[in-house]
Amino acid sequence: MKAPDKYYDFEKDISGCGIFGVIHKKRGMIPGNMPIQAMTCMHDRGNGLGGGFAAYGIYPDHADKYCFHMMCDDNNAIEGSERLLRKYFDLHHFEPIPTRKILAIPNPPMFNRYFVTVPERPANEFAELPEEDYIVAVVMKINTTVPGAFVVSSGKNMGAFKGVGFPEEIADFFRLEEYSAYIWTGHNRFPTNTPGWWGGAHPFTILNWSIVHNGEISSYGINRRYLCEHDYLCTMMTDTEVVAYELDMLIRKHGLSWEMAAKCFAPPFWDEIERMDKDDKELYTTLRATYGPGMLNGPFAILVADNNRLMGLNDRIKLRPLLVAEKDDMIFMSSEESAVRDVCPDLDRVWMPKAGEPVIVDLED
Amino acid sequence: MAIKRKKKTLVAKRTYYKQFNEEIRALVKEGVNHFTIKECNGQRYIATAMEGDIKFDIHGVPGQDLGAFMRGPHIRIHNNAQDGVGNTMDAGRVIIEGMAGDVIGYAMRGGEIFIKNDVGYRVGIHMKAYMDHQPKIVVGGKAGDFLGEYMAGGIILLLGMFSDKPDSPIAGRSLGTGMHGGVIYVRGEVPEDQIGPGLHAQPVDSDDMKIIEELVKDYAKELKLDSKDILSENFVKIRPFSHRPYGNLYVAC
Repeated sequence: MKAPDKYYDFEKDISGCGIFGVIHKKRGMIPGNMPIQAMTCMHDRGNGLGGGFAAYGIYPDHADKYCFHMMCDDNNAIEGSERLLRKYFDLHHFEPIPTRKILAIPNPPMFNRYFVTVPERPANEFAELPEEDYIVAVVMKINTTVPGAFVVSSGKNMGAFKGVGFPEEIADFFRLEEYSAYIWTGHNRFPTNTPGWWGGAHPFTILNWSIVHNGEISSYGINRRYLCEHDYLCTMMTDTEVVAYELDMLIRKHGLSWEMAAKCFAPPFWDEIERMDKDDKELYTTLRATYGPGMLNGPFAILVADNNRLMGLNDRIKLRPLLVAEKDDMIFMSSEESAVRDVCPDLDRVWMPKAGEPVIVDLED
Repeated sequence: MAIKRKKKTLVAKRTYYKQFNEEIRALVKEGVNHFTIKECNGQRYIATAMEGDIKFDIHGVPGQDLGAFMRGPHIRIHNNAQDGVGNTMDAGRVIIEGMAGDVIGYAMRGGEIFIKNDVGYRVGIHMKAYMDHQPKIVVGGKAGDFLGEYMAGGIILLLGMFSDKPDSPIAGRSLGTGMHGGVIYVRGEVPEDQIGPGLHAQPVDSDDMKIIEELVKDYAKELKLDSKDILSENFVKIRPFSHRPYGNLYVAC
């Protein structure tokens, strides 16, 4: 299940991933069938080499615990990752993630989920870390030291489900029609530069953050090195992984607002900064100078979520499509309008956001 | 003399685009030349590469590359359209009664695309004209960045009237960047900062106004709008500043 050794030798192909997200502002539970059908409508934006979903609000009974979704190639990987999880955490509950055998997915890895908390007095090398940094450190430790084991998600009351297949097949495999969530994101992959393997499918996650991405992060190399200096280690061989870790670093650790993080990803052009008033000019000059290595170059339409928000963002010259639609308490974000109309034919408003301007939707509570 | 219409109504719903387009093509072979498509939802390539006097009335949102490479068909979309409408189209007409996505009329070389509301980014890029083949795009709302980028011929008319974006400038950044043929007309004014390097908005002359009036009349009739209202404002034009603006970019001169 590992990516091939010479993954960089893969030929390029035309790209066209599909993304879809929906948030219910009053935490109304949206059945899995909605995002599944929306992704099915955009079937042809992918090529069967990656599909996935993130869902928020799916583990209300364990909402105070971190849920580790583990993907393991074999029993050794399961044993190795469990050993680490037991070493670093108080383990409250664990179970296999329910799956069903389907023809489209012949040889899947094994999936388990573990509900954990950080011990009051950890006796290990991460003992000094604040709780969330501790979680991040264990995720990095598992991903880099246990052969064949990968953390698919590690947040509270949320989870990511992903793999090699079309999104509707991955949903079928993970029985996602059995879940309801107040935020869903979905992804249909058409891998271009990196291998189509299970870990490389979207969403990418860390803690409560999740991201799905249509496009290509051409600045992956510099972003990855920048993150490495801050103890985030990229192991999934897909460019989008850097966005998940940058979100965690910029917003959680450095205290930037979501808007400012979006402006680090897609900063204003220098000629625009030149025309700004004094305060904004100073702000954006400083932001670009400070977070230059965090800037995302290349085409992207991304959907970012945590437990309380959904954000859509385009690269600053809009090289990928993104549409936003509203219906009562639900906000949709999608590569194509037809995917939204398929699951919600009557919409109050539909528009395409400006390049580089984040659309941020909060829960009302 | 009006040709005899043989009509057919199809309901698209979730039919896969390949099957749906095969059905349309088979019906065209049987002589159908006026299609009403109901509940269209994301089916790609409708009317793509089709030739001749065929009418399409589309209800719902059709998918990418509608009318790409087409030569002749007349398509009316009663809702919004997605990306890539009229990609490299040769002749015919597309009327969109809502908004449209990105790269509308890419490398278009003939025919007309009339959009009632806003359009996305890169509309009309690489448009070109040959002899009496003059592609024309009219946008009733506002446009995103790169409108008419690398344009080599044809006409883009931007009205900025029927927009959902009151705070946005009428056109995005880099309007007409690198254009070396054709003309972009804008109703009212366009902020100088939005126009591509080396280009300037100039006043229109009487020859321009003739072209604009004719185009607006046609546009207003198709979309049931008041052409007098549209023509009640001044227009400016953006034309290339040289035939080959980047001809000396890579060679010493």
